Amino acid sequence: MTDRTMFDLKPTDPKPADDKYLSHLELGEPDKTFLDTNELVINMGPQHPATHGVLRVILKLDGEKVLGTECVIGYLHRGVEKIAENRTYTMFNPYVDRMDYVAAVSNGLGYCEAVEKLLNIEAPPRAKYIRVILTELNRLASHQLWLGTHALDIGAMTPLFYTFRDREEILKIFEKYCGARLTTHAFRIGGCQYETYEGFERDVVKFLDFVPPKIDEYEELLTTNRIWLERTKNVGVISRADAIALGVTGPVLRASGVKWDLRKAQPYAAYSDFDFEVPIGANGDTYDRYTVRMEEMRQSLRIIRQAVEKIPEGPIMAKVPKVMKPPVGEIYHSIEAPKGELGYFIVSDGSTQPYRVRIRPPSFVNLQALDIMVRGALVADVIAVIGTLDIVLGEVDR
Amino acid sequence: MLDYITSYLSSNTTPGQAGNVFWALVYIMIVFGGISVAVMAMNWLERKALAHFQIRLGPMRVGPHGLLQPIADAIKLMTKEDIIPAEADKFVFWIAPLIILCASFAIYIVVPFGPTHAITDLNIGILFMLGVSSLSVLGVVMAGWASNSHYPLIGALRSSAQMVSYEVAMGLAVVSAIVMTSLHGLGPYGVGVGTSGTGTLSMIGIVQAQQEQHVWFLFKFFPLGFIAFGIFAIAMVAETNRAPFDLPEAESELTAGFHTEYSGLRWSLFMLGEYAAMIAVSSIAVTLWLGGWYRPFPNTLTGDTWDLVFSLFPGLTFLALAAIAFVGVRRMPKHPYFRVQTIGLAGFGAVLGLIGLILFVPPVRDRIQDIYWFIAKVAGFMYLYIWYRATFPRYRFDQLMKVGWKVLLPIGIGVLILTAILGVVL
Repeated sequence: MTDRTMFDLKPTDPKPADDKYLSHLELGEPDKTFLDTNELVINMGPQHPATHGVLRVILKLDGEKVLGTECVIGYLHRGVEKIAENRTYTMFNPYVDRMDYVAAVSNGLGYCEAVEKLLNIEAPPRAKYIRVILTELNRLASHQLWLGTHALDIGAMTPLFYTFRDREEILKIFEKYCGARLTTHAFRIGGCQYETYEGFERDVVKFLDFVPPKIDEYEELLTTNRIWLERTKNVGVISRADAIALGVTGPVLRASGVKWDLRKAQPYAAYSDFDFEVPIGANGDTYDRYTVRMEEMRQSLRIIRQAVEKIPEGPIMAKVPKVMKPPVGEIYHSIEAPKGELGYFIVSDGSTQPYRVRIRPPSFVNLQALDIMVRGALVADVIAVIGTLDIVLGEVDR
Repeated sequence: MLDYITSYLSSNTTPGQAGNVFWALVYIMIVFGGISVAVMAMNWLERKALAHFQIRLGPMRVGPHGLLQPIADAIKLMTKEDIIPAEADKFVFWIAPLIILCASFAIYIVVPFGPTHAITDLNIGILFMLGVSSLSVLGVVMAGWASNSHYPLIGALRSSAQMVSYEVAMGLAVVSAIVMTSLHGLGPYGVGVGTSGTGTLSMIGIVQAQQEQHVWFLFKFFPLGFIAFGIFAIAMVAETNRAPFDLPEAESELTAGFHTEYSGLRWSLFMLGEYAAMIAVSSIAVTLWLGGWYRPFPNTLTGDTWDLVFSLFPGLTFLALAAIAFVGVRRMPKHPYFRVQTIGLAGFGAVLGLIGLILFVPPVRDRIQDIYWFIAKVAGFMYLYIWYRATFPRYRFDQLMKVGWKVLLPIGIGVLILTAILGVVL
């Protein structure tokens, strides 16, 4: 699907590439290319205000039209998967928070559940409910951050501040619960470390009443704004078939009309107890991804409300051995993170440390779709599409 | 010599028309200084207003409520290292900001702040204005080219395309206003006042035509004047590269567009030019459609009493500003750390109040009125600029061109033709 040969611009007189360093772009003599072709190759990033961190996109342009893109990643590579091989299962837990740092709770949930599956233990119901509440709050926070930055990329400055104002309330709840705001390390293998604090339910319910008008406020600013519509409708379209073929997940997949949400498809934690809708889009364009995410925010609120109402009493920690030595074997467990399917593949050799941990980050896989989404579009659309894919480079590079 | 200087004071024309070089220079100094101060004030106001749109405080540290922030910025920009990229075309790189600056400031030669308060009154004033203001695109292209870098180049190309295409729509709107100067006014607010039109390109003449016809051109041939004004109001935002048409300097796409490689003083010249151009095109709009220096409702609210009431506005405005400053003083934290700031703000408020009181003195009051109403109308436009920036996302390049060529241009032509026909028929 992705045409890897697009950058093989043939210089007019090919020279043997013996003594000079050849980049993967292979442009030949620089001045020759500039004079002989209409194409312009520009580097977007790794330091660019709209590439959400350190993504580097090499754009081949004909005027403003994008002929092709190539993503260069790895600027934030920290070797998280390798670190896992040298840490015990418990010690590795905080590291996963640093991958998708705007949705740290989801990362922790996926990892804890994967190890629990490997150990063949199950978290108690109360712990599961707490997990659902915090994870959904985190999904909301992640979507709010996405909305703010996405709107900023398209040129609307103001929603950013509104979303950050409201996201703050979620972070306050996290801080009260576990002392951290961003990289929370909220869950432990086998359940939760902390019982909910005094007034946790009250805080959450207060937040549930506080935020719906705010979401309406964001929508008021953008949903029917003519410029917003023109900038997002039919921009970065990805068809249903392409989305499936590329392994795209999360809101990006659902906006293309595929009703696939792991919370429904293979329920984990306590998700099977709750009643919620999976919003889908029709055209797979940027506007659909926007509406899908806005609806997801409301559905998250619905889930949280049900969870707070039904939260059972009881222990919050399962019986977990002090020294965790999972049986030899391997496990793949995935959850629906705010950005898509977040999977953990853990191989155990029976020791206290995992033999191999492979993480399937949603951002990394979704980023693959960038090229087919922006081919033939304009430079401004690249920015819009990077925003709508909702990538976090900490997760792409790991 | 003294005669030469004083003789102008009794005359009733602009210094340019009177051929008085001394007073022309004085006016130029006043206008240049005034616009520079206005740009600084605009800088502070924009940051403050934008911040309040966005539930932030804006500058708060340098001086009370950040009032000294523009000065701090200016000092910072002037003392910054002056960087010219190694591969840049040094001469072009050097001269580009100056061209933009000159183009923006040259417009003020013909801006009529009052019946005699203009540097000069060219008989082709509006043409001069359009011509000079479109020169700034040259500076933009030169800046983009001279930087020898991709982002500035794309920014410059976008900018030149944008400015050139919006110039056309803008020109058509202006022409329909010029046509109105020579046509009898039958707008809803000027019904039955059949006057012989003046038919003029002079800026002062256009304002006087509005007075003679007893109608702002905004309301003339309703809604034709309104539509022409709307076209101009949209085109002028595009012309000055402001949100939502700020593609050339689209921060999230092209980092900073054509001035990506500029820093320090040169960059501040671009900013100065941009803000000066904003004020200049707003002045054109005010002159052409909003009755220039005339106070609101000169037809309906007539008589000495109303004249007196409206002449009190300048003083009242300053008193209101002083009141805001004093409210700020009351709300200042009582901690000793803020003592200097509190005293400073109180002093600022006192100065504003004093100016307000001076403006109540009858001779000053009568002389300042025209300028006051002109500036007040321009200030409204400035607020709109900030408002747009806080509200709208940014257009994409092709959509921008589409709006310019496929929407504004046909409407502009239609309005021009209808205006001409109506003027002849009525």
